[in-house]
Order: sequence, then C-alpha cells, then structure tokens
Amino acid sequence: MAGTATQERAGRFGPYGGRYVPETLVAALDELEQAYDQAQADPDFHQKLDELLRDYAGRPTPLYFAVRLTERLGGAKIYLKREDLLHTGAHKINNCLGQALLAARMGKQRIIAETGAGQHGVATATVCALFGLECVVYMGEEDMARQELNVYRMRMLGAEVRGVSCGSRTLKDAISEAMRDWVTNVRTTYYLLGSALGAHPYPTMVRDFHRVISREARRQIIEKENRLPDAIIACVGGGSNAIGAFYEFIQDKDVQLIGVEAGGRGPQLGEHAARFRGGAPGVLQGTYSYVLQDENGQIALTHSVSAGLDYASIGPEHAALHDSGRAEYTSVTDAEALEATQLLARTEGIIPALESAHAVAECVKRAPKMSGSDVVIVNVSGRGDKDMGILARELRLSGAE
Amino acid sequence: MPIQFPEKPGLVVYFTVGDPDLATTHSIALAAIDAGADVLELGVPFSDPLADGPVIQRASERALRNGTRLRDVLELAAALRVERPESGLIVFSYYNPILRFGLEEFCAAAEQAGVDGVLVTDMIVDEATDYLQALHRHRLAPIFLAAPTSPDERLARIGAVSRGFVYAISRVGITGAQKSLTEDAEQLVRRLRRFTQLPIAVGFGISNPEHFAAVGEFADAAVVGSAIVAAIERAGPKDAPHAIARFIQGLRRDSREPAAPAR
Repeated sequence: MAGTATQERAGRFGPYGGRYVPETLVAALDELEQAYDQAQADPDFHQKLDELLRDYAGRPTPLYFAVRLTERLGGAKIYLKREDLLHTGAHKINNCLGQALLAARMGKQRIIAETGAGQHGVATATVCALFGLECVVYMGEEDMARQELNVYRMRMLGAEVRGVSCGSRTLKDAISEAMRDWVTNVRTTYYLLGSALGAHPYPTMVRDFHRVISREARRQIIEKENRLPDAIIACVGGGSNAIGAFYEFIQDKDVQLIGVEAGGRGPQLGEHAARFRGGAPGVLQGTYSYVLQDENGQIALTHSVSAGLDYASIGPEHAALHDSGRAEYTSVTDAEALEATQLLARTEGIIPALESAHAVAECVKRAPKMSGSDVVIVNVSGRGDKDMGILARELRLSGAE
Repeated sequence: MPIQFPEKPGLVVYFTVGDPDLATTHSIALAAIDAGADVLELGVPFSDPLADGPVIQRASERALRNGTRLRDVLELAAALRVERPESGLIVFSYYNPILRFGLEEFCAAAEQAGVDGVLVTDMIVDEATDYLQALHRHRLAPIFLAAPTSPDERLARIGAVSRGFVYAISRVGITGAQKSLTEDAEQLVRRLRRFTQLPIAVGFGISNPEHFAAVGEFADAAVVGSAIVAAIERAGPKDAPHAIARFIQGLRRDSREPAAPAR
C-alpha cells in the first residue's frame, strides 16, 4: 500500500471516488489514511472496537423474522436486520466508535461532525462523551427544526450543535460548514464524517466500520434458513447503512442488492433525492459520484421527508455498484415511506426511522411478487423515535384518536 | 504571456463574476486593470463554495440569483482580452461547473476567449492527470494552491506542474479577512522557492495596504479577494467600479512609500 502507484488508485471505485479538496486538507487526509491503515493492521485496535460494539453498542443486532409482515404481504419471507436496536438508535454508532478510537490513537482532542437526521450527530456526541473529547456538530437549521429531539440529545451529551443557515439548510450545507471548520482547525481537529462520502479515505473507512452489518446478517441467515437471502434492501442517503448491509454479499452473485433512494414529492429536480434518476456524474464535497445538479453544474436542491436521505450526492462505491449493475437502485416517495412506517409499526410493533421506512416500502412493493420460498432481508437502519413530530403531523396522530 | 508582475509586488485581484450583475462586473474588471491589477481571477459562482468564507459565499449567491453561468465568465474574458490585451486573465472555479461544461470543451472555449490560466479550488495535483493534459493542449496555465500544511514533497509536485505563478495560501482556513499575517505565509514562500522559479503570489486574508506591503517583502505578488468582494458589496452596483479603483490605488500607493522590496 505504500507505493504511489497503488495509492493513486486507492480510494477509487471504478471511475468514482478520489479526493477533490482544498490543498490545505490533503496532508490531514494522508495522515488519516496512514493512521487508518495502521489501525486496520493492529489486532489491539480490532479487539477494542469489537468489545465496544458488543458491550456498549449492543452487537450483534438480531436478525428477526417478521412473521406478521410476511403474512400480510403474502410473498417472500421477510427478515429485519435490527440496527434500530443499537445504542443511540441507529447504525451510525458502528462508524463513530471506530473513528473515535482512531481519533484517540491520533491524539486528536477536538471532534467535528455533520449531521442530517441527527443520528450521526447523536452517535458522535455519544462517543465523544465516552472518550472525553470536545464535540462540535454542524446541522442545517431546516434539519434542526424537523429533528428537534436529536438536537436536545446532542446537547444533553455535552456536544455543541452549530446551526447552518446557508444554502438549503440541510445535510449538504452542514458538510460544507464542517469542512470549513476542518480546513481552519486542521492541525488539531478530527473530522468524524458520518456517511460513505467525501474524500478518500472516508468512503472506504466508513464502509469498513459498517461491514459488520452484512457480516452478521450473512451468518445469521445461514443459521436460520440454511441459505443465503434472495435480496437485501436498504435505504441510501449518503449510503453508509446500505454499503454496510451489502458489502459481504457482493461476491454472492445470486443475492440481489437493492438500494432505495428518496423519491420525495415527485420526479422534478428539487423535489426528490434520487441521484440515479436525474443525477449526473460530478464532484461534490470531495468525491466524484452521481450528483443532482442543473445544466450549469450548480448543485440542485433536494427534498425528502427524511432528513437522512435528503442529499444531492451518493457514496462513490454505490455509483460503481450502480454502473456495474451489481446493485439495483430504486426510489420510493414520501407518502410510500410514511405508509410503510405505519404498516411496520402496526404489524410488528416496530417504528422504523423514516429513512429505514424507505427500505420497508420497497419491500412492501416487492415481497408480494416473490414466492413463499424466497427470503428478503430489510436493513432497519434506525428507529423512529426522532420522527414522532413529523409522523404526528403527517399521519394525523394528534387528538384523542 | 500576460501573466506577469512588472512592478513588485504584483497584484492579483479576485471577484465573483455576476456579482452584483454582469455589466457591473465588466466595469469593475476594467477599473481594476486600469488601477494597477496585473492579473484578474474571474470567479465562477458555485452553489456550494466550501473553501470560501461568508463574503464570497454571499457573492456567489447573488451571482447565481442573476443566473450567471460559466459561459458568461468566458464571454467576459473574451471581451476583456480585446479591451486590455496586456492583462492576465484567470478563470477561478470549483471543479463541478467545469466538469459539467466538459473539461475539453471548457479548455477549448477558454483558449478561444484568450484566458491565460485556470485555478480550480478543489483540484489537487494527485487528481490532475486528465486536467493537466487538457490545459496543456489549449495552452492554459495550470495554477495550483500550495498550503502551509503541504509537506515539501507536495510542494515539489505543485512546483513541477504549475505555470504562470504558484498561489501560496497565507494560512490554514477559508477565504476571508484577517487582522494580521501569520508567519505561515513567509515560511511557505521560503519553502516553495526551493521547488519553483515561477512567481509566487500570496493570498487569503490580504485586505489592506499594510498586508500588501508586508507580502511584498517576501513574495512576488499578493492576491486580494474577499476584501475586494466586500468593497463591491458595500459600494453597490453604481459605485462599485470606482470603489475598486480607489481601493487598488490605495494598496499600490501606500505600499510604495516604505518601498524596499526584498527581492
């Protein structure tokens, strides 16, 4: 890995990925890449991380056979990978524990992060409390309003939440602001990026910290069904839970990998966040991938009822999986996701995050068309507590129903 | 080659094209050249300028609200090339608008317009293979940023592929004003000299005659960006060209008095 020839290709997924950043950050990215490579080769690092994942975060998460949902849909057997049961309520903690251990190894005392739905922000604030690190989280003001509960959780954990008022005031703008902080404080600060996005080595590193999802799911489904699943379904914002849920199945060519983007309110540019339907390859925030943009290369506004999927680009490894045809990407609308949230709540007693509800909604469309001997795994990447305000409004739960 | 700095220190001026509108930008550009700017950086507005501070962010927003496109920047360059054949003209952009235009198409159009060089904020030497080939084919000077955090090994690579001048970032951080120059800038310029014979321009936070004169002690030129953009914002469309001319004359005049350029 040390030669420059291999390093030039490291961080590329087909043509996608790379490093498109201000020069000031390159030395920090090199330092991070080196520290990560060393940590990966260190059994002690893995042992510490495995212990934390088990004793602190609650891994392994169950692979749960959703009997009533299966009966209701009348097709494939549906299993739910329960990342929603993790400490802090979503898969994000997997990556945060890994990167916080790395930051500690690198001697960094100040952590910054961006967050969309707030789940990555909460997970970052949590690990910073656990490791005694200073924590600043950037969050778009639009997202602060719609995921208010997570703002309080971060503050409760001792993090400083800085609202971002520029642009669309969502995840994209929070990332830009975090990068501005990083470029200014690069000598002392660790940027704990929460999605499989950004400049190399982030997409690779974040994916590696979430691979545990598919590693467990593969073992669990073999234990329960004595076979591999026919399909894995996961929602895709930046793409961290999806790449984690797909990765260990990529070599299993008969397992369909299905990523679900946010279809929002409709197909017009600005009304959705479905990068593979209307996006074109481009560079945003450090990486080359599919980007929703106008004909002049300006980044488009996006919309989704779920803050965590509301982003104009997608992790570069997903772009490569898309082009090669190994994974299939589709989208579901806000309305379909809301309906799926209610369905899962009322058939299984599980309220998924609105992000994860997109994966459930895709399952609702597909499972009935599959046979009773087929097996589908849906990655329930997070739980819906944070979304109760939106659900109350959208599903008219208020009043004495 | 119009990228040259006959009078030391040289002056590179940045502004965002289309802020407050294209016609005013055109007048500002002429006023800046006539007041003594050696090189103009014609800023392409971008929706997500992550390397820029609030002043240039706001300018980008205003320019985009006016519908300013990369094509407009090239048309402005073509007009300026005719009106002021001796001044240096650089297109300053984030990468995505250029990618969307088409790298080859952009370079061909820039050459046609008489542009001298290109600076892309989020393009680093490691990713520049295709980019450099396209620029060379169209005789455009690739201008790269060098940062205080860049180790010598990177400065060597930056020096090797740059043409026109090298842009040394005075400090870590985003664009915007600052009270005093740090020692970072002088150290960086000293390190860079070992790897390049090209002129070195120092930018980020150069906002007044004192800074300009101080940079002249150790570098070949200064880049003034946010201070210019802020002056445009303050003056408003009607007075902006005059305000910029006065601002630049102030930099030049005041720096001449204690003039003892070190090189």
